[in-house]
Amino acid sequence: MKANMVTAINNALELSMKENDRIVLLGEDIGKDGGVFRVTEGLQAKFGESRVMDTPLAESGILGASIGMALAGMHPVPEVQFAGFMFLGFSQLINHASRYRSRTRSIYPVPMVVRTPVSGGVRTLEHHSDSPEAYYSHIGGLIVVEPSTPYDAKGLMIKALRMNDPVVFLEPTKLYRLFKEDIPDDMYEVPIGKAKLLSEGSDLSIITYGTMAPLVKDVVAKKKVSADVLDLRTINPLDEEAILASARKTGRVIIVHEASMSFGVGAEIAARIAENAIFELKAPVMRVASPSFPYPMPGYEKYYIPNELKVSQAIDHIMAVQD
Amino acid sequence: MAISLMADAFEGKIEYLQIMDEKGNADQSLMPKDLSDSRILDMYKYMVLARAADAKTLSLQRQGRAATYAPLVGEEATQIGSALAMRQKDIFVPNFRQHGVYLARGTPPEALFLYWRGYEEGSSLPREFGALPIIVPVSTQMPHGAGMAMAQKYLKTGAAVVVYVGDGGTSEGDFYEALNFAGVWKAPLVTIIENNQWAISVPRRDQTAAKTLAQKAMAAGVPGMQVDGNDVLAVYKATKDAIESSAYGPQVIECVTYRMSMHTTADDPTKYRSDAEVEAWKKKDPILRVRLYLEKKGLWDDAKQKALEEEQSKFIDDAVDKAEKFVPDPKSMFSNVYSYMPQVLQHELDDALKAGFWQGDSK
Ligand SMILES: Cc1ncc(C[n+]2csc(CCOP(=O)(O)OP(=O)(O)O)c2C)c(N)n1
Ligand SMILES: [Mg+2]
Repeated sequence: MKANMVTAINNALELSMKENDRIVLLGEDIGKDGGVFRVTEGLQAKFGESRVMDTPLAESGILGASIGMALAGMHPVPEVQFAGFMFLGFSQLINHASRYRSRTRSIYPVPMVVRTPVSGGVRTLEHHSDSPEAYYSHIGGLIVVEPSTPYDAKGLMIKALRMNDPVVFLEPTKLYRLFKEDIPDDMYEVPIGKAKLLSEGSDLSIITYGTMAPLVKDVVAKKKVSADVLDLRTINPLDEEAILASARKTGRVIIVHEASMSFGVGAEIAARIAENAIFELKAPVMRVASPSFPYPMPGYEKYYIPNELKVSQAIDHIMAVQD
Repeated sequence: MAISLMADAFEGKIEYLQIMDEKGNADQSLMPKDLSDSRILDMYKYMVLARAADAKTLSLQRQGRAATYAPLVGEEATQIGSALAMRQKDIFVPNFRQHGVYLARGTPPEALFLYWRGYEEGSSLPREFGALPIIVPVSTQMPHGAGMAMAQKYLKTGAAVVVYVGDGGTSEGDFYEALNFAGVWKAPLVTIIENNQWAISVPRRDQTAAKTLAQKAMAAGVPGMQVDGNDVLAVYKATKDAIESSAYGPQVIECVTYRMSMHTTADDPTKYRSDAEVEAWKKKDPILRVRLYLEKKGLWDDAKQKALEEEQSKFIDDAVDKAEKFVPDPKSMFSNVYSYMPQVLQHELDDALKAGFWQGDSK
């Protein structure tokens, strides 16, 4: 089937719900309205109100109740309408979803998939464009995935729903309908914890994910540089093996993400490269990211998010370093 | 022992106030004593202004001259009635739909247009206006209201804080926590629940099993009442009384109104609600009934209406002009993060300036 990311996730949810009747969806406006981005469109009509629930407007309730359902043997898929509003339920993820398993020595795992749209570039209101992946990754105990293609979105969702872990499933708003691609009609899995090479090259490595993945791919194609472009797909746990292999191969690494620079995912990757492969590098690792403050209002976003020029300049810069 | 069913779980009585009906007949025995005809005329003019500014912003959005916008049409009486009941010194804490309150409190409309065009400068009203900026995360403004109210008490300003929240917003934990704090502190907080029957696609009846939203106040030991939110006189009176009483502790007013339009410009309400429901509420239009009242009293006619519309449309167009002349300065994003400029941010700013990422389209 030809699918964009919205229809790919919708399809993954439908197939998974058919496979496992313990999967239920809950969230604000996900039933009758089909979700503000239409990701759950049609699912209430197909599975009924007991499996696709419009909830009251309360994120701590949505996430906390989902944890409760998971503890009782169900596999809930809560949707939080925008990542910026997940902070109202942050406590439930950080204090509980992340550690029920370890506190109970695996007696009480928390199988659930928390879906939420992330990142900007589409001129939304305040709090609708946050990129919070580092927060959820930092705590440990939460799997954090962020697809950049319809194919990966479907496969990661199916895989996440067959696991016995809490998964934070981040869906870049900007990529929801950016493009369509052919994906299998049937169920298939994309492994969690494995990055994907979007292009292969020998001169440098660009490590990225989410909204920045298609942008980086474009810049690399336009500049005709020979680059590994590694799409993480899973942020936590990191695919250290793929990162180090590429860093060792090319010796030049740029990390590109939309989330703000300080204390971000880029810092974690750079540190791991420094710890394991610093003597194999030809140039210092570079980061391209948004500046270190909260996402601005839409009139300013084009001055905030990394753009093609920024990525392109970083490539020129790192290639100019003599080894 | 008797089993009590959910429907009778709360047996308290919630008072409901209406002063002016849909035909513009006002119950004189309930009329606030201080309300002159000229004040009612003011209310009318502000309601018309709010609707006109709303329509303008909507059309700007449709032309790509504003970002996503949350229209207020239908909710004018709730907003203008409560706004005009506030005293100069009182403080207003909005969510994201109270453009009418801003206007009635004397906010220059260009600030609102600037906000909806997507610039922080539209959130930068001088403190003298006694208003917080728009707050998007639902109900998170409620504890700010409680805290600001506590501060008024502590600082002995004599001011009240009037905070707005939607029907959906009353489901959030922050709503309960704020009412509870204000109750414990006996803080001068007036909460206006702008119950427009919908939280995007979720109807009021699916939001809570409680019969009214006002009764949620009771659990915090706070008085709560309902008013006809399309009756500007009732909203005015209830808010005025609540502000006075708030010197002794918080008050909650549920204004029963209706969101006549889409949730925001990104929403399509035909997916989840019937035309019939919308039509039924049209008959309860908050502006029409005041006009009927004023006409009956010989205070209004078509000529006056035409003159008002012309005057307001010029006022609004001038404000749009001002807002559209605004040129953003990306440096302002960096210089307003902390009380000083840390080295890390300075480096990020220097890098951006050196690299010329902003060339061509800004200062
Ligand atoms: C914490 C939070 N969750 C979700 C949203 C998305 N959202 C914006 S408005 C809204 C519905 C609000 O309904 P209500 O409180 O009744 O106010 P209304 O929009 O009707 O004025 C939702 C779900 C949000 N802004 N904040
Ligand atoms: Mg509402």
